[in-house]
Amino acid sequence: MVLALGGLWIGQNINLLPIDASANAPIYDELFKVLFTIGSILFIGIVGLLVFSLIRFRRRSGQLGDGLAIEGNLPLEIFWTAVPAVVVLFVGLYSYDIYDRMGGMVPLAHDHMGEAHDEQIWGGISSGSIESAIATNALPVEVTAMQFAFLFHYPEGDITSGELHVPADRPITLRMEAKDVIHAFWVPEFRLKQDVIPGQPTQLSFTPTRTGRYPIVCAELCGPYHGGMRSTVVVESPEDWDSWYRDNAKAAPEDETLTIANA
Amino acid sequence: MTISLPPETSSPPRLQPSGWLRYFSFSVDHKVIGLQYLVCGFVFYLIGGALAGAIRTELTSPVSDFMARDVYNQVLTLHGTVMIFLWIVPVVNGAFGNYLIPFYVGARDMAFPRLNAVAFWLIPPAGLMLITSYFLTGAAQSGWTAYPPLSITTPATGQIIWILSVLLLGGSSIFGGINFIATILKLRRPSLKLMQLPMYCWAMLGTSILVVLSTPVLAGTLVLLSFDIVAHTGFFNPTLGGNVVVYQHLFWFYSHPAVYIMVLPAFGLVSEILPVHARKPLFGYVTMVYSIMAIVVLGLIVWAHHMFTSGTPPWMRLFFTIATAFIAVPTGIKFFNWLATLWGGRISLNSAMLFSCGFIVNFVLGGITGVALAQVPFDIHVHDTYFVVAHFHYIVFGGSVFVIFASIYHWYPKFTGRMLNEDLGRLHCALTFIGFNLCFGPQHWLGLNGMPRRVAEYDPQFTLINQISSVGALLMAISTLPFLWNVIHSALSGPVAGDNPWKALTPEWLTSSPPPVENWIGEAPLVEEPYGYGVPPDELDLTATSGRDLWSSGK
Repeated sequence: MVLALGGLWIGQNINLLPIDASANAPIYDELFKVLFTIGSILFIGIVGLLVFSLIRFRRRSGQLGDGLAIEGNLPLEIFWTAVPAVVVLFVGLYSYDIYDRMGGMVPLAHDHMGEAHDEQIWGGISSGSIESAIATNALPVEVTAMQFAFLFHYPEGDITSGELHVPADRPITLRMEAKDVIHAFWVPEFRLKQDVIPGQPTQLSFTPTRTGRYPIVCAELCGPYHGGMRSTVVVESPEDWDSWYRDNAKAAPEDETLTIANA
Repeated sequence: MTISLPPETSSPPRLQPSGWLRYFSFSVDHKVIGLQYLVCGFVFYLIGGALAGAIRTELTSPVSDFMARDVYNQVLTLHGTVMIFLWIVPVVNGAFGNYLIPFYVGARDMAFPRLNAVAFWLIPPAGLMLITSYFLTGAAQSGWTAYPPLSITTPATGQIIWILSVLLLGGSSIFGGINFIATILKLRRPSLKLMQLPMYCWAMLGTSILVVLSTPVLAGTLVLLSFDIVAHTGFFNPTLGGNVVVYQHLFWFYSHPAVYIMVLPAFGLVSEILPVHARKPLFGYVTMVYSIMAIVVLGLIVWAHHMFTSGTPPWMRLFFTIATAFIAVPTGIKFFNWLATLWGGRISLNSAMLFSCGFIVNFVLGGITGVALAQVPFDIHVHDTYFVVAHFHYIVFGGSVFVIFASIYHWYPKFTGRMLNEDLGRLHCALTFIGFNLCFGPQHWLGLNGMPRRVAEYDPQFTLINQISSVGALLMAISTLPFLWNVIHSALSGPVAGDNPWKALTPEWLTSSPPPVENWIGEAPLVEEPYGYGVPPDELDLTATSGRDLWSSGK
């Protein structure tokens, strides 16, 4: 009982994660808390039992005999087979639910990438908020990963940038391609990662929620400068983002930009 | 290799050298081969440890200043390859398997002694080739995973040498696996039943099945990869229409079972050590056997959890999540059974026991993070970060390497006929345990907060934690000094152990220390109850128990 309460307290009160800055990050943090709580209870329980056994049942000087000849206990063994099985099943179903809420189970590409792309999109998380009308409002960005940089291209404004500028509270859809080797697009504050694979376009959708500058990290060994392959995602308020967009857009007419921004 | 006779022997000339030179010879004695594996593996452990030291030195500062960036990638590739293929796999399988399995089945040697010697002698040349590639051409730079297209585009010579040596080591592993299966199933002493075998036999049987089923897949994959590099074929080269994700599937089809190849034998060894030093029977023998086999079956169908971010379809992610998480069930059974083995025992707190308990603590933590990593949404954040680095070091170092040390403390009296110094052993255990947790514990936090793995430079906010981690690595390096001194000094002048210093019941202790060639003078003993320790609850020896024991047993 003390163990369960202690584990709960640890799980709820010790925060090991960076701040959350996207719509799916708080969902992720829920899962993390559950896993951390269960993990703490198990770990403290087992280690406690072990240390207790080592002290309580240690051989004292003068003791020559053996311990008790207990070779097994079927009900006990069934019990500690069943309990982990139930816990694991619960965790699996719960994480499935979390994954679903993060948008992972949405069939990819075919629904909202339109008819224009015949090629298969290979995976990734689709959106942080599936029920919202992504297709109409999502901001598409093309990401090109190469040794050793990310390039971001906004097709609607024909902007090419080394930093990813996104407005807060609007779904973003990244369409990612690698030029040379496998890279991975990771924003720790968004709790999102997707490999960028040469020859296989991948897609990643998210909705940033908190303005600020967050690192984009390459998380797949891609060569000597892998550690230096970093960029920044700048989450701005819609107004700030809009002015950034207008300052940089080349081909897009003014009114179209506004429509996108206000839609 | 050298077939020269020691000069002082007056006995009739033999075909094999018989003194210390036999350890450098093509000996077919399973005990010699076992020790060859062990010492050779330990030399590579020191090399791999030095490489780890170089990595931790580079990471004491957030900029790349200790070595060139491409050298850093070579070092991390070599570190992974050496530690897996030249230290843990050969030692937990080859060293202890060869030494112990013939004893346990009541045989005088392995089923195929010459194949056994070949399997060992593939290792030193493969290892030397791998290490010298660094000095000659530059070693491979694409990590021990060698994902294309990186492995195709980095300098080809180093990568090809890497592939060749891994193929040789894989061959060695397959030879060993076939040998163990044949020995356990076919060389058992008459009237010794399978369910009477010590647990390590079951662990080695399961491991060898995994080796034989999955290593050929890695071999084939690496041959195709070398075609891509040398002959410019397009199996995995996307510019020629190849598919890089297929490589990942094939690679992990071996390399996830490889984790169990490193860990299952360790489970077996712990199951031998705990009952002896706790003076109790192994708890739940039958469930232990079934859980080993369950781990073998499940271990073959979980590989894609290494690829949750690689663009796998949703159904596949779900399947591999559930399959992976379920491995925790048979693994959990084993851990609870070990705890139950200790419960109510008469536990000697010696080095072998302490290292085994260190293993339990570390592996439980590694297992818990493993179940977390199996969950797709969790994995998507921490995949390829220091969280994963911490997790698998808790499994392979905190798990397997702790067990290797426990086993050395346990079987050293049998290997040499002399006892190790227990105080130095406990010092070694304490330093290793503290250093290990100081090194890898904080890395969980690094991964959660944004430090990817395999980087030579990182965000300066992580400097302090990385320095703490490096201090832990230094402690681990220092911890090998008392061990080395202990092992060398005790071999020369340690107290004589006698045949059975632990009063153990398994067959390797029922002969002299060190055992003679062909293991027993006379017939092999029939051990039907390898864990028959302890006194039945109703026959407590009154002279050896305290009133408290009687009270707690309900009298």
